[in-house]
Amino acid sequence: MGTSVALEFEKPIAELEKQIDELRKVAGDRQVEVDDEIVPLTRKLDALRAEIYRNLSPIQRVQVARHVRRPFTADYLRLCFTDFIELHGDRAFREDAAIVGGWARLDDETVMVIGHQRGRDTRENLKRNFGMPHPEGYRKALRLMKLAEKFQVPILTLIDTTGAWAGIGAEERGQSEAIARNLFEMSRLEVPIIATVIGEGGSGGALALGVADRVLMLENSVYSVISVEGCASILWKDGKSPEMREKAAKALRITAPDLLELRVIDDIVPEPPGGAHANHEEAAKALHVALLHHLEELRRLKPDKLVRRRREKFLRMGIFNE
Amino acid sequence: MVWFRKDKKPRQPLRQKLEIPADAWEKCEQCGHTDIREKFVRNLSVCPSCGYHRRIRAIEYVGILLDEGSVEEVEPDLRSADPLGFPDYPARLKKALGSAGDEDAILTVSGTLGETPVNLGVMDFAFMGGSMGSVVGEKIARLGQRSLERKYALVIISASGGARMQEGVLSLMQMAKAAAMLAQLSERRIPYVSILTNPTTGGVSASYAMLGDAIIAEPGAVIGFAGPRVIKQTLGQDLPEGFQTSEFLLDHGMVDCVVPRGELKRTVGQLLRHMSGQPAATGWAAS
Ligand SMILES: [Zn+2]
Repeated sequence: MGTSVALEFEKPIAELEKQIDELRKVAGDRQVEVDDEIVPLTRKLDALRAEIYRNLSPIQRVQVARHVRRPFTADYLRLCFTDFIELHGDRAFREDAAIVGGWARLDDETVMVIGHQRGRDTRENLKRNFGMPHPEGYRKALRLMKLAEKFQVPILTLIDTTGAWAGIGAEERGQSEAIARNLFEMSRLEVPIIATVIGEGGSGGALALGVADRVLMLENSVYSVISVEGCASILWKDGKSPEMREKAAKALRITAPDLLELRVIDDIVPEPPGGAHANHEEAAKALHVALLHHLEELRRLKPDKLVRRRREKFLRMGIFNE
Repeated sequence: MVWFRKDKKPRQPLRQKLEIPADAWEKCEQCGHTDIREKFVRNLSVCPSCGYHRRIRAIEYVGILLDEGSVEEVEPDLRSADPLGFPDYPARLKKALGSAGDEDAILTVSGTLGETPVNLGVMDFAFMGGSMGSVVGEKIARLGQRSLERKYALVIISASGGARMQEGVLSLMQMAKAAAMLAQLSERRIPYVSILTNPTTGGVSASYAMLGDAIIAEPGAVIGFAGPRVIKQTLGQDLPEGFQTSEFLLDHGMVDCVVPRGELKRTVGQLLRHMSGQPAATGWAAS
C-alpha cells in the first residue's frame, strides 16, 4: 500500500516496491517482456517483508499497530462479515462514533459485532474522536451486548483504541463507571464473547470491550496498561525520545507473544507478510478463520458453564509470591 | 500561635527538639491551621478548622470502621513478584516494603462493624501510590471469596492512582478480576459498599471503586478516570473549579453520598442494615 506512509523500518520494502513498479511501467510503455527481472525481484520482496516482519521490536509493533493504513473495525466489518446493520446510541445521552456496533453475519450465523473505530483522515478522526470513546460509547456497547444476550447471539468485539477519552464531559458523565460497568456485566453475559485486539489495546478503554471467553490478538497488535509514551514520561520523565519509548515498549511486555506467555490472551491471529496493512483481505481472512474456530469451540458450552469458565479465567490472572 | 513557626530548613534541629517536640504540632496543608497533634488525631486527621481530610494509613481506617478487638488480618502473606522483569521494580518494591509495610497497597481484614460481620479491604496510598498490581487484585478476589462463603458484606476503601505500571497488562487484568468477583457477590445478594478517598483514579476507579451497591466519598477527595493533570494537558485549558472532587461527583450523580470520616462507621452500618434485610437498630417504630 501507499509508500508515502511507510514506516522507517519498512523503507527497504518501499524501495523495492518502487523498483518493481518502475519496471512494470517500463514494460507497459514499451511492450517488452521484463518478467525475467520482475520475478526474482518479487521473490526478493516477499523474502524481505518476511524477514523484516519476523524480527519486529516491540516499539516497531506499536508503530504497526497504530498504522493509518491498518485495517480498522469498519474494514473487517466489510471483509469478514455480511449483512451488517449498524445500531446507534446509548439511549441515555448521545451517539458516540468512536465505537461502532450492530448485527452482522459471520458465514451463516448472526453475531453482534462491536469495535472501536479510528479515522484515516482528520475529518473522520474528528467524527470518531480518534477512536477514543466517551462513556456513552461504552454504554452503547453494553446496550448492544445485552441485546445480543437477549437473542442468544454471540458477541465479537474488535479492540483498537489508544484509550478511553480524557476530558471534562467524559468525567462528568462517569467514564470510570461506564468502563467498570462493562467489566462487571461482561463477566456474566450468557452468550459466547470473543474479543480481538486488532490494533492498539490501550488500557481500561480497551479492556471495557475485552472481558471475553477468548481474547485474541492480531500478530502485530499490542495490548498495554499504559501507552509507551505515558510510561516513559512517568517513570523516566521522557515520553518523546525514541530510546525511552523503546525501553518502555520492551519493559511493558505488550506484544501478542508476550501476552500469550502471560496467559492474558488465548490465541494469536497471524498477519500476512508485511503486516495487516499490506494486505487487508489476507488479514481479514485470517481473522475470519480464527473467529469461526473459537466460536465453534465455545458453542459446545452451556451458558452457565461458559460464564463460570470466563470468570475463572479472569480470577486466575496475576502473578505474585505467596 | 505566632510564636511557633516550623522552620522551612532543618535548622538547629537539636534546639528545636529541646524546646518543643516538633511532632507535637501539626499544620493543615489546606488552610495552614496549626494545632496540637493530639487534636488532629482525635479528629481522625481531619482539620479541626477547615474540615480538610488528610490522608491516613490503611490501618487507621480499620480502627475507624471496625469494632475494637474484632479485627483479623486476611491473606497477610501475599507479596508482589516482578513478573515482567521490569526495570527498577524490585528496588521500588523493597523501598515500599521498608517504608510502608508488608501489606502491599491493600490491607485486607475481617471483623465486625457495629456487630455486623464484614470483610474490609483498605488501600494504602503510602505503598507505591496505592497502585493496583497482582497482589491487590488477588487480595480483593480472596476477600470477596470469603464474603461469598460466609455471606459477609464487603467494604472496600479506595486510595489509588491506578494500575501498577510495573506489572504491565497483568495490572490491567486485575480490574476485570475484581469486577468478576463483585458480579458473583451481586448475584448472591451480598452487599458491597465502596468508599472513595483521596485520590481514587485510573484503573481502580474504573473497576471496583465505582461498582458499589452504595458508593460513599470522603469530602474533597479527587475521584476520576483520568488524572486532572492528564486532562489539563490533553485539553490545553484550565479545569473548572472543584472538578473531579467528591462534591462534583455527587452533583453529577456518580456517588450516593459524601460522608465525613467521623461518620463513616455509622453510615456504612446503616447501609449494611438496609441491604442485609435486617431491621434498623433505631427504625421508625422506635423513634
Ligand atoms: Zn484546615
